[in-house]
Amino acid sequence: MDTALKILVVEPDAARAQDIIDALKDGGWGSVFIVAEISALAPKLTEIDPDIVLIDLAHPDRDTLEHIGHVSHAQSRPVAMFVDRSDSDLTQAAITAGLSAYVVDGLQKNRIKPVLETAIARFKMVEQMRLELDAAKQALTDRKTIDRAKGLLMTARGIDEDSAYGLLRKTAMDQGRKVIDVAQALVTAADLLG
Amino acid sequence: MTIQTIKCGFLPLADAAPLIIARELNFARDEGVDLQLVKQPSWAALRDLLALGQIDAAHMLSPMPIAMTLGQSGLPTTVDALMVLSVNGTVIGVSNSLARDMESTGWRADFTSPAKAATALFATGRKHIRIGTPFPFSMHRMLIEHWLSAHPSFRSNRVEIITVPPPRMAAAMADGTLDMFCVGEPWGTAAVQQEVAELILPGSSIWQFAPEKVLGATRAWIDANPDTCRRMMRAIYRATQWLDQPRNKPLAVEILARSQHIDLPHEAIDPAISGQIVTRKGAAPTTPAHFLFFNNSAGNFPWRSQAAWISERIAAWSGLNIQDAVQRGSASFRSDLFRANLESLGVDMPGASAKIEGALHNPTAVASTKGQMILGPDAFFDGAIFDFDMSD
Repeated sequence: MDTALKILVVEPDAARAQDIIDALKDGGWGSVFIVAEISALAPKLTEIDPDIVLIDLAHPDRDTLEHIGHVSHAQSRPVAMFVDRSDSDLTQAAITAGLSAYVVDGLQKNRIKPVLETAIARFKMVEQMRLELDAAKQALTDRKTIDRAKGLLMTARGIDEDSAYGLLRKTAMDQGRKVIDVAQALVTAADLLG
Repeated sequence: MTIQTIKCGFLPLADAAPLIIARELNFARDEGVDLQLVKQPSWAALRDLLALGQIDAAHMLSPMPIAMTLGQSGLPTTVDALMVLSVNGTVIGVSNSLARDMESTGWRADFTSPAKAATALFATGRKHIRIGTPFPFSMHRMLIEHWLSAHPSFRSNRVEIITVPPPRMAAAMADGTLDMFCVGEPWGTAAVQQEVAELILPGSSIWQFAPEKVLGATRAWIDANPDTCRRMMRAIYRATQWLDQPRNKPLAVEILARSQHIDLPHEAIDPAISGQIVTRKGAAPTTPAHFLFFNNSAGNFPWRSQAAWISERIAAWSGLNIQDAVQRGSASFRSDLFRANLESLGVDMPGASAKIEGALHNPTAVASTKGQMILGPDAFFDGAIFDFDMSD
């Protein structure tokens, strides 16, 4: 394995960072470093002089990293490369996984590719988990809103829970809207009316 | 008419207004375009998605297409600027402590005099001034460098330019990472509202006609989609015309504030669009000339001489052959396509595609197809003149 390769991962979320480190270490890369704060990035780049920097594609601090890349010394200048343009599968995979890579000029492609493949696989998993968690949180919030709307209807109209839900559903269907939207409108209106 | 879908990347800034208005007021729909706006977290992300064909067009900092074309930013890709989306609109602010230091030299903020401000800045005796700009290849950085390097007390080691994402500019001032910034609205206003900075100059006081954002697309996409490209340009041009009508401004602020595209409150968007800037907390608003505009004074025309000016700066930063960079870079501003695609809208076109940058101190009538064109002013604060040899 290509143990000499120095990899720096920029990731503020400690758990996610550990995940990526573990995956890379399992893959045989021993020199993996992590930086959470962008303010620490410039000194870290000088100190470690990494061959590859991995950072979330959507990370808002990427522009700062770019700048450090431009002003640092030419021999260790990380350039945004994603992947080789000719390898469109890998490029597509990196975009889908939300990963961008900065690679020191002149590093051979065959040394980069396995690192990226490993990181992509891990980023994908973490991203999937995040999406599922977001969906679960949203579902919970929606349920609370619908419960409140049902409660408002039950009190105002003196009906039971099933009828209240039925009324929300019917209104949503009649108006071509989602139940949650109707419930939200009702809750907002109730809050406004005090 | 079949509807063509265009994915257009943008950053949530006040000057993304032409794209949002083109979509929300149906200028795009009228041209048979479904203009899908794709919000991006950073300029680097937007650039990469454009280079890789994940988006078709983008709201870009004016130096970005040239930097990409010259192979200096991301994957080397030939990217063209189809039109200028906005002129000016940036502000320069300093930390409260730097403002006090500058005042102790006898300087008083007037929001109009770059030379006086630079003198005060260097007279503070501060050895190291850290200045935040949004991206390495930005007009902000070019304006700051042009402004400060013109001063006799300038030494390159006294000034450090740092890239900070605009939404974090105020926080970077608050925690002392920065002494100064140059940023587009609403982020200068945000720093004032949080009482962490005072605005000392509008970018337009340094260069009165700086192309700030452009509509960019890869040349490969432009060549493969000539009709879609034309329709997109027409729609966005009409949106810029609408935006520069004074009577439309209150509605524009409403639409921008309500739209899902810019997640900013009304009071953050209003100063940029109305041109009324509060330079320090509690002060009355001031109205700098030509603060931000989208269409007036042939503002959308992608002058090849503007591209040459930008190319020269990039060549100097990156150690490129200047003549070669200017020649390749200036071809990125597609004045030819602007003429071909917008003539049918009755747009008044200038007689030439290049001008002497910095020559106009007053609004000046110039030769144009309809004979109604009034340009400028486009002077630099220090009287600099850039006359590029644009013959090809």
